[in-house]
Amino acid sequence: MTSPPIVLRLSGITKRFGPLVANESISLTLHKGEVLALLGENGAGKTTLMNILFGHYVADEGGIEAFGQPLPPGSPRAALAAGIGMVHQHFTLADNLSVLDNIAVGTESLWRPRSDRAAAKAKLLDLARRFGLEVRPDALVGDLSVGERQRAEILKALYRDARVLILDEPTAVLTPQESASLFDTLRRLTADGLAVVFISHKMNEVFAASDTVAVLRGGRLVATRKTAETDREELAELMVGRALKPPSPTPLEPGEPVLTLSGVTVASGHGRPLLDGVDLTVRRRQIVGIAGVSGNGQTALAELVSGLIHPDSGTMALKGEAIGNAEPAEMVRRGVARIPEDRHAAGLVGAMAVWENLIAERYHDPAFQRFGLIRRAAARAYAEEVIEAFDVRCPGPDARTQLLSGGNMQKLILGRTLAHGPDLILASQPTRGLDVGAVSYVHGRLLEARAAGAGVLLISEDLDEILALADGITVAYHGRLTPVLPHGRVSVRQLGLLMAGHWEILPEIVDAA
Amino acid sequence: MRLEPREHTPLAARLLAPVAAVAAALALCALLVAWTGAPVLRAYGLLLEGAAGSRFALTETLTRATPLILTGLAAAVAFRAKLWNIGAEGQLYMGALAAVVLGGGMLDLPTWLLLPTVMMAGAAAGGATLLGPAVLKVRFGVDEVVTTLLLNFIVLLLVSMLLEGALKDPMGMGWPQSAPVVEAAELPKLVERTRLHTGLLVALGLSALLWLIDTRTIWGYENRAVGANPRAAAFAGMPVTRVMLRTALLSGGLAGLAGVIEVCGLKGYLTLDLSPGFGYSGIVVAMLAQLHPVGVVGAAVFIAGIFVGADAMSRAMPVPNYIADVLVATSLLCMLVAGLLTRYRLRRG
Repeated sequence: MTSPPIVLRLSGITKRFGPLVANESISLTLHKGEVLALLGENGAGKTTLMNILFGHYVADEGGIEAFGQPLPPGSPRAALAAGIGMVHQHFTLADNLSVLDNIAVGTESLWRPRSDRAAAKAKLLDLARRFGLEVRPDALVGDLSVGERQRAEILKALYRDARVLILDEPTAVLTPQESASLFDTLRRLTADGLAVVFISHKMNEVFAASDTVAVLRGGRLVATRKTAETDREELAELMVGRALKPPSPTPLEPGEPVLTLSGVTVASGHGRPLLDGVDLTVRRRQIVGIAGVSGNGQTALAELVSGLIHPDSGTMALKGEAIGNAEPAEMVRRGVARIPEDRHAAGLVGAMAVWENLIAERYHDPAFQRFGLIRRAAARAYAEEVIEAFDVRCPGPDARTQLLSGGNMQKLILGRTLAHGPDLILASQPTRGLDVGAVSYVHGRLLEARAAGAGVLLISEDLDEILALADGITVAYHGRLTPVLPHGRVSVRQLGLLMAGHWEILPEIVDAA
Repeated sequence: MRLEPREHTPLAARLLAPVAAVAAALALCALLVAWTGAPVLRAYGLLLEGAAGSRFALTETLTRATPLILTGLAAAVAFRAKLWNIGAEGQLYMGALAAVVLGGGMLDLPTWLLLPTVMMAGAAAGGATLLGPAVLKVRFGVDEVVTTLLLNFIVLLLVSMLLEGALKDPMGMGWPQSAPVVEAAELPKLVERTRLHTGLLVALGLSALLWLIDTRTIWGYENRAVGANPRAAAFAGMPVTRVMLRTALLSGGLAGLAGVIEVCGLKGYLTLDLSPGFGYSGIVVAMLAQLHPVGVVGAAVFIAGIFVGADAMSRAMPVPNYIADVLVATSLLCMLVAGLLTRYRLRRG
């Protein structure tokens, strides 16, 4: 049997960002009809590599051949012309245009007096039918669900006659069921002769969808395997370079409630409310995980508990005490440790020093100021302690915060909030974008705080994280929350259905529990 | 060619950036000077001599620098908080207006009491002028670049109306100017038989004070945090709106004080040509100083020197003194490029 022709060849790709080597002499080949999974931890260089392939970045060394022709570097236009299509992790669709317009935009000359919409629509519908990508061509993208948007993105690439499709973490925003349908589409594409590269850091997807898997670690290609000839253990070890040890929380008896939400509604100003009659109780020594596809009210819930927004109706109580419209400073004073979703944008001031960020929530404390003058020596000494206690790797308290790695920034935030024995911890996407070491550190700290008596509200898009840590799980959908379901009484399949809005299955789960 | 962000900017690069920008501006403007047929080196030589070549030249430069330090500080504190105050010119005139109203004989107080009163009133007038646009910005998101810029023209028309009417000096031979301030409201001279007055000390003192506030107080700490990342500041519990309004009062106040000091230290009365664009030049000063309160002093002296020196040069050579405006504007553009290059590096490819 001869192997199918090579459609894409990357040879010796190296890319540096300053001292950081994002890709180090990576060579890969992709064959016609093949699904290649690019597996690796966050920060392993997967996205950088694909951005080089698609011409967003220029490699410092190495070259790319597509269908036997060298691909000019740094030009997405050339990549498109060569038949390479990319579906980004963050979609690149205009919300205020229809699906058809989004797909056709840029494919027609601006000088044509009028576009041939009928032909475009026919081509689109034909593609959609052939590959099982159901879309509504005339719907506004702003009205689509995330899964539909992704289908529109894929169709956009196919519409431009892509023969190689790159998907960057395509399942990050999908429910398990939507992911399954995506993999089904991928099979149809490859049957038609396309080749697919998909980027992932999730093991089960690799086995569900790929023919070949390439593992990246620290910017280097550590192994390429036929998916059928490898197993989870081998891939996990290749990916992280050592054996993984999942956290194993010991069951604890939950204490009195630290956070109680009753009938909390937050209006969005237009249409569906951000939070819609939410009831939720978090108790001491308990981790409650909020599962759900992003955009179903998790951000509003986090902002509510952070003190950034306030309920339009319903009440919030901390340790049994109703609080009105508490501002962030008030929440901190009441013992809420807040880990924000976006540590760069909301957590830290990158341009300021590490010590200045560490005192940001309590600079009014007499320990750090007297008559409005900052006690710099005291603040620095305090910072040294926290840096030590939370293992923040940085040159010192005077280092500029933006020079820290993502993991160390997160440790900085943990140090800022957890050093004061909080009663409630709001952990919003606490490990997004962190490497394995940092993830297990964060998990360890959360479990430690739980053992010390704190209640933890864990909001995460990573279902595995919730399954690993949470004592109780609730699913967010359209601004509403299911009752808290005890961990172990609900299957991943059931969670997936709940995440997709099939709440009619709730009674059977609650009854069984 | 493409830009890639630098992870780290060495201090030397930050200090060198303004020097390089000025050198580039001088080189570019040399073409214009050469175009007039004048020898370039001699022209720049005369410019330098006119700016700093004698006791008189030096005091003139410092006199000119005094209001520029204050408007430069006004722009610097506002810009650091991402409050784009383009209205220092109007705030300066509001301050000057307060000075001639209160200092024109309305208050009969000894100097030690009258001068601080007039200064506070001028600063308050300037601050209040910026407070309006700042409130509109934080409450309704109205673009303060537009509102502060347009307020300049409103203020100038108001001043014009008052100088033709209520405030017109009856002894002024019909010119649109206010009555002079009383002697007790005049700032003492710093150097006898020159125009240099003690307003310079006020400006220098404020520059140092602002630097101390910036680095040593929780006020300055909040200001820097809100300026660098308002979202993170709000998340940590800082009063972002209050910081913005406070910054507006401070920025407008500094510009208003520049107006007071020009009236009480130099001109004595108010006319419509009190300021040859000090408010706008303050923006250039602040940018050249990279918004650093102490750097503002150096930048203001440099810009003042260009203006004073160009006047002297134009008297001796066929180069019009407009070259000063071109030089200052070119310096600003070069500084923007230099600032960019300290934060990014150019890569080929």
